[in-house]
Amino acid sequence: MTSGTGAVGAPAAAPADPLDPAEARRRERRSRWYRRDVRWSPYALVAPFFLFFAAFGLFPLLYTGWASLHQVELTAPNEMHWVGLRNFSRLLSDEFFWNALRNTFTIGVISTVPQLLIALGVAHLLHFKLRGSMFFRVAVLTPYATSVAAATLVFVLLFGRDYGMVNWALGQLGWGPVDWQNGTWTSQFAVSTIVVWRWTGYNALIYLAAMQAIPPDLYESAALDGASRWQQFRHVTVPSLRPTILFTCVVSTIGATQLFGEPLLFNGGAGATGGSDHQFQTLGLYLYEQGWVNLHLGRASAIAWTMFLILLLIGAANWLISRALRKETT
Amino acid sequence: MRIRTRKRGPVRVAALAVVAALGASLLAGCADDGGSLDSASSGSSSGGSGGGGTRTTLTVGVFGAFGLKEAGLYDAYMKLHPDIEIKQTSIERNENYYPQLLTHLGSGSGLADIQAVEVNNIAEVTATQAGRLEDLGKVKGVDKDAFLPWKWGQATTKDGRTVGLGTDIGPQGICYRKDLFAAAGLPTDRDAVGKLWAGDWQKYLAAGERYKAKAPKGTAFVDSASGVMAAITGGSATRYYDGDGKVVYKSNPAVKEAWDTATSFATHGLTAKLQQFQPSWDQGFANGTFATVSCPAWMLGYIQDKAGEAGKGKWDVAAAPKPSNWGGSFLVVPSAGKHRAQAAELAAWLTAPAQQATLFEKRGSFPSARAAYALPAVSGAQHAYFGGAPIGKIFAKAAEGTPVQILGPKDLIIAQNLADVGMLQVDQKGRSPEAGWNAAVKAIDNALDQ
Repeated sequence: MTSGTGAVGAPAAAPADPLDPAEARRRERRSRWYRRDVRWSPYALVAPFFLFFAAFGLFPLLYTGWASLHQVELTAPNEMHWVGLRNFSRLLSDEFFWNALRNTFTIGVISTVPQLLIALGVAHLLHFKLRGSMFFRVAVLTPYATSVAAATLVFVLLFGRDYGMVNWALGQLGWGPVDWQNGTWTSQFAVSTIVVWRWTGYNALIYLAAMQAIPPDLYESAALDGASRWQQFRHVTVPSLRPTILFTCVVSTIGATQLFGEPLLFNGGAGATGGSDHQFQTLGLYLYEQGWVNLHLGRASAIAWTMFLILLLIGAANWLISRALRKETT
Repeated sequence: MRIRTRKRGPVRVAALAVVAALGASLLAGCADDGGSLDSASSGSSSGGSGGGGTRTTLTVGVFGAFGLKEAGLYDAYMKLHPDIEIKQTSIERNENYYPQLLTHLGSGSGLADIQAVEVNNIAEVTATQAGRLEDLGKVKGVDKDAFLPWKWGQATTKDGRTVGLGTDIGPQGICYRKDLFAAAGLPTDRDAVGKLWAGDWQKYLAAGERYKAKAPKGTAFVDSASGVMAAITGGSATRYYDGDGKVVYKSNPAVKEAWDTATSFATHGLTAKLQQFQPSWDQGFANGTFATVSCPAWMLGYIQDKAGEAGKGKWDVAAAPKPSNWGGSFLVVPSAGKHRAQAAELAAWLTAPAQQATLFEKRGSFPSARAAYALPAVSGAQHAYFGGAPIGKIFAKAAEGTPVQILGPKDLIIAQNLADVGMLQVDQKGRSPEAGWNAAVKAIDNALDQ
């Protein structure tokens, strides 16, 4: 880069008298270097990302795909037996897989929908002129900064059957103790609570940033037209946030599809079963159980690729929806 | 905006795919991060020389609070061998430690010079990884006859290579609360308590019925049905595999009997419906909600931690109905290590009777070296927290009465699914024993199918 700027300075200062051939060649060489620099430097600068992506993203992705076509055990990762698509076809009749898929979907819905709605509300509140607004903005982000492990451990205690605080509070209201971990819906609700708690603030800040980019005159003219706060929110804020909302939907959906840490740790020390009835075993957890508990790398890889394909489908659906929405508005 | 997006339609799809892939891999990375509770795993492989110039650094990879370091054994060895420096890496839970160990063995890198292996994994390690491990049977200082024969046999391959040296074992007793027993009208003296159920797990169940009839409010006889299951299966020679290495848990009468007895505890309402090693189980110790628990030697320290000051003088330990074993570990030396000879020497020293006695004295891990049982540190050992119980004698007797158990590569998976799926459904969800058994079998079938 520095050589480039030097080259720019030199010709400008040069006198206008006719050039001797050596000087011409020198200049020619310089400007060639300069052109190359401008042309290739950006690639060099972005290269580290792509190198890391190739090493830690693309290669594992492709290798997992290769492994998914084999029977491989963690006890002998180099002995691969070709089984074709069997690891995929067996998923169709694998009730643990379908159970995990169903759980992932239900936990995804009951964690993502409230999470984004609450985030929108919180962002709307934070958008007002507030005393100590910086404090509140940092405060909503703190759950995001806590580790999953620490947070989940606390939630396990909160949702404890015998000595949990949630059951204590319910008891004060006269309701019987709930065995949160053993019920299908109760355990999924509890896991979703952790997700909602952790990610709401993060999404709220994204919404807030987008809200601050909305030109104030839109609100002014809406107010002049007699729109109430709620109408302003519905007809100015939400439409302006549409791209952001779509973005958070995509990111949250990806997160929900890969939900892993929370349900794993919600099970305490009892491994990746997701409860005695697999009632909160997500796809990520089932993948982990097959790969790192049962040691079947091939089967785990097939689950990983299935998850990836599901994400691509969701991505495509999202793209179609956003295109339809855009057409609708224009 | 619109024009541009139209023009770049296909590009956007591609971009979306890349973004999805990227997001997927990134999030997967984060998730892994949250999941593993590694306390400290630098993963440093066998290193060259340490700070002291020509000193050789040996690394020991363990899981949990293994005790070797805590008992001061490394320091003692370094004092004896000034040219050796010992470093330890530890991963909190075996379920995270073991897959990593397999990965490292498979790739031949990232290994410590000595690695610990849990007894539930030793059959698989011996069967599939022996080629990547050193034969420790003929190392200088290793005395086969010092070990319990079954412990020695568990880490010995069919062609006679001994790839692991036993550290501790888990002979079991029954830990019980004297105050709760007194309140329920049961004897409290440990010999009398032992006689209550001597020789038969059904008598343990009968004692439970007696306890229940006059139980102090809010307490149960035993912590969990799966704890009873683990204790009973730990005492039979054939468990999940037969001598030919075939999976036989479905038809093995010993397993069936253990299952029936343990589920009776649940169906008769004698359990506190807890799951072991969960926060709620710890709270049960702290609040004294159950009167007995099957306790291997290594669990005494755990109970002392969790029951704390409030439980002091209330706990005692009696002999179990039948001798049985739960848990224990081995040390192996990977062939990929740089200092195999020194590592083997260290492993031999760490598992020698005198050091095992020290480990028992300091940490409560019961020796697998029977030569240690005669040492005063073991034979005279009493546990102050458990009313001065002669734990050296109680556990030595259980250890010597335990039959040689046939282990199999997937013992852990079978045991886990029987306990955490099947028995837990019966105990906590009130399912019938048949429904629980079927659920466990289904999960095990799926888990064993490659």
